Amino acid sequence: MTKLFPVSINVNGQVYERQVEARLLLSDFLRHELGLMGTHVGCEHGICGACTVLFDGEAVRSCLIFSVQASGHEIRTVESLGTPENLHPLQEAFSEKHALQCGFCTPGFLMTLVPFLEQNPHPTDDEVREAIDGNICRCTGYEKIIEAAQEASKKMSSR
Amino acid sequence: MTGKYFGQPIKRLEDKHLLSGRAKFIDDIEIPGMLHAAFLRSDYAHAIIKKIDVSEARKHPGVVAVYTAEDFGDYWKPGPLQVPPPTAIKGSQFNARTLVPIAKGKVRFSGEPVAIVIAESRYIAEDALEDIIFDAEPLPAVIDLEKAWEDTSVKVHDDLPSNLAALVKQEAGNYEEAKKQADVVVSRKLYADRVAGAAMENRGFVVNWDERNQEMVVWATTQAPLPLRIAIAGKMNLIENQVRVITPFIGGGFGPKIMTSQADDVLLPWISMKLNKPIKWLEDRRENFLATTSERDQVHYCEIALKKDGTILGFKDVFYHNTGAYDPYGMTVPLNTQTHTVSNYRIPNFYTEIRMVFTNEMVVTPVRGAGRPEGVFVMERMMDAAAKELKMDPAEIRMKNLLKPEEFPLKTGIIGQDFVEGVLDSGDYKGNLVKLLEMVEYEKFRKEIQPQARKEGKHLGIGVVAFTEGTAVGPYEGARVTIGNNGKVSVATGISTQGQGHFTVFAQIVAEQLNVKVEDVKVITGDTNHFHWGAGTFASRGATIAGTAIHNASVLVRQKIFATASKFLGVPEDQVELCEGSVCVKGKPEISISLGELAGKANPMRGAVEADVKPGLEATAYFAPPHGATGSGACAIIVDVDPETLKIKIDRLVLVHDCGTVINPLLLEGQIQGAISMGIGNAFYEKIVYDENGQLLTASFMDYLMPQATDMPNKMEIGHLHTSSPLNPLGMKGVGEAGAIPTPPAFVQAVEDALIEYNLDIADSNLNPSMIFEYMHRSKK
Repeated sequence: MTKLFPVSINVNGQVYERQVEARLLLSDFLRHELGLMGTHVGCEHGICGACTVLFDGEAVRSCLIFSVQASGHEIRTVESLGTPENLHPLQEAFSEKHALQCGFCTPGFLMTLVPFLEQNPHPTDDEVREAIDGNICRCTGYEKIIEAAQEASKKMSSR
Repeated sequence: MTGKYFGQPIKRLEDKHLLSGRAKFIDDIEIPGMLHAAFLRSDYAHAIIKKIDVSEARKHPGVVAVYTAEDFGDYWKPGPLQVPPPTAIKGSQFNARTLVPIAKGKVRFSGEPVAIVIAESRYIAEDALEDIIFDAEPLPAVIDLEKAWEDTSVKVHDDLPSNLAALVKQEAGNYEEAKKQADVVVSRKLYADRVAGAAMENRGFVVNWDERNQEMVVWATTQAPLPLRIAIAGKMNLIENQVRVITPFIGGGFGPKIMTSQADDVLLPWISMKLNKPIKWLEDRRENFLATTSERDQVHYCEIALKKDGTILGFKDVFYHNTGAYDPYGMTVPLNTQTHTVSNYRIPNFYTEIRMVFTNEMVVTPVRGAGRPEGVFVMERMMDAAAKELKMDPAEIRMKNLLKPEEFPLKTGIIGQDFVEGVLDSGDYKGNLVKLLEMVEYEKFRKEIQPQARKEGKHLGIGVVAFTEGTAVGPYEGARVTIGNNGKVSVATGISTQGQGHFTVFAQIVAEQLNVKVEDVKVITGDTNHFHWGAGTFASRGATIAGTAIHNASVLVRQKIFATASKFLGVPEDQVELCEGSVCVKGKPEISISLGELAGKANPMRGAVEADVKPGLEATAYFAPPHGATGSGACAIIVDVDPETLKIKIDRLVLVHDCGTVINPLLLEGQIQGAISMGIGNAFYEKIVYDENGQLLTASFMDYLMPQATDMPNKMEIGHLHTSSPLNPLGMKGVGEAGAIPTPPAFVQAVEDALIEYNLDIADSNLNPSMIFEYMHRSKK
């Protein structure tokens, strides 16, 4: 019998207590234990950034973290941003600027940009470019993602 | 043409669900009792299978079943030929060796599946793979294309006399005669290197055999839901409507998701029926690199014959094309190369020969561009070589030879992937280049910017190329448009969607005809229970072919609305007009009926109706073009090269494009920009590399470099021309692959120009700093 470990993880403001295998990835925990399917897994080796979530406020790759490591910590996923009826300003800006196509990598970009824009409310294009350099998008060529981040920075600072 | 909705930069309807993490992708599908599959794949590229011992794996707790090829009995058969070769090309040879679902007796590429484990979780399934003993005797691997062609080579398929997969010779005019008239003949050996589709979502497949209803439901990340349904039904001996294929949101396609005969497609339906259980399989990134398909990888021997003034008399191209270990996709890719090699320019004499070879590598099928980038690369490189030889400016020699608008429609004499002789339908190829040179300020760059930069010790270079994109090919697509009793409109079509924005552009087409709000049009793609005819999403044909079918169906529904409303409003049809969401009498807007109410009246539940009346406000229509429509464009890249580190910065990238009528300019820009990034990736970052033993050296994103945000130019400058295609009523041409096609030759030309003092003669489409260093080193010697 595989040994299970208790974890207590605060995800999007709610505390979840589960018994998990030591090797269970945080990405699989979020997706398959909690049913939070917005976090996408693109490469499982920490390069593409699609699975990015916030770990105590910092953007991390959930495919490179075991869920036991997240015990006692706060995780935020894309589901914490906005709903289809009430999008977060960054999500609104992504739609306005056509910064997503297939949408698979998008949650990772959003979760990378949310803390970035909170810390840099008025970034230059080059700063945005650096910030998203660890996230791969195959569809857009990134230009519209940078435009969306700039649009979001305007929206967020005017709120 | 621009209307209230058609031609407008409308935000996408699908965005809200994607952005909020609520859109359903393949791995989001959960069915109670679902089992999980994992494949054991061969590490050897070429080997005789001695023994596969799965006894320990079968005992692994949580494992439900383990299968090897023998366990499938008579069900094990090589898959169907997904794309047959065109019979119209006389004298062509083609040896079909289609994919086997799981290796039996022999392994032909590294990554080929040899066993499959079904378990309660993916973790357990992968654990059990470790328990399998796979014993094989390695054979020498067939890797080098030219050596593989020789009769003395080791063979990939023992039952064939050689590794010849196809031999196709096509000629328009007479090249050898033309060569005799030429002032100069320039020849080169060129390489188009191999790249991955690398969609951010890997492939996935979920299947549930419902024994009570005798129905098989399949969720798949396929670009071709209806061909997949036909394939599964055929294998499982079911009639097609016992198989329902549903495509959830798909995280990018780019070509490799067109396959319907991979191991998962074939084996999982059988296993699901056998175990009477739902099964999920998700490909991981390593499997995607090893065993899904990829493309390019050609070696070209080219010759161009010209007059002294730069007029092209003829072109000859004999090329080796790697099809990998099997050739399930026929000759689509190298045929596209043949049709795109000379499609921009007036070339009266053209000889082209495909030598398609089997190798011990993963199978080659289309990746965004699909043979077109290779054809355009060799043509543009030869134009560069000719310009050097004749001491002409690269832009000037192109301008001199580009086809003129009055030459269309132009029969090319070369049969393409759509099985008919190529016809260039329309365009203004010179106009593209003129606009490009203006936008990039070519004269100013040559006369002021570049000389000044050189004085300052900077290495700035420019590349200027032209291209075409054959799009909108047949056979056909169809659609059904229905007005609901709530006044909203549903549209169902047989293609599937991988992020192109179909939910929005198709809604725009319908909304324009029926004068309803775009958000009131619900588009359904890729569900075979909603629409069961169609070929799929490939070759930039979604918006053009399915879009035209949707337009045609909308026109029919509009006619039915007028006929029905005229009856119920008691006025002649010409007195009726569409108001938003309703039908009213001209000049008397107070007399109207909502579309929803009219839909109800068109579908009476009691009483008599006229004999030939079809119920509802609904129509189904199809569209089949005689041949593909050809988009065109031109591209310029200015690079700043550091000759010490060979770090390359793209200072400017300008692309002028003509895809005819535009449905949504915002989404059009997205398509072009995305393809440009793939082209930049292909030119300087991405490359699939096999070693001499057939081991893939680039099976992760650590080794296979994807273009990142900091690799892109600050701005992609895009210009548009609009020449309508005469081949469809809306005048559209496709655009999906355009940006990926001209980028590598423009980049290579720009690098050569930046390092002009080294007099480089670059033969490769995919560069990297160490390759350029080697070119410089060789050149110095």
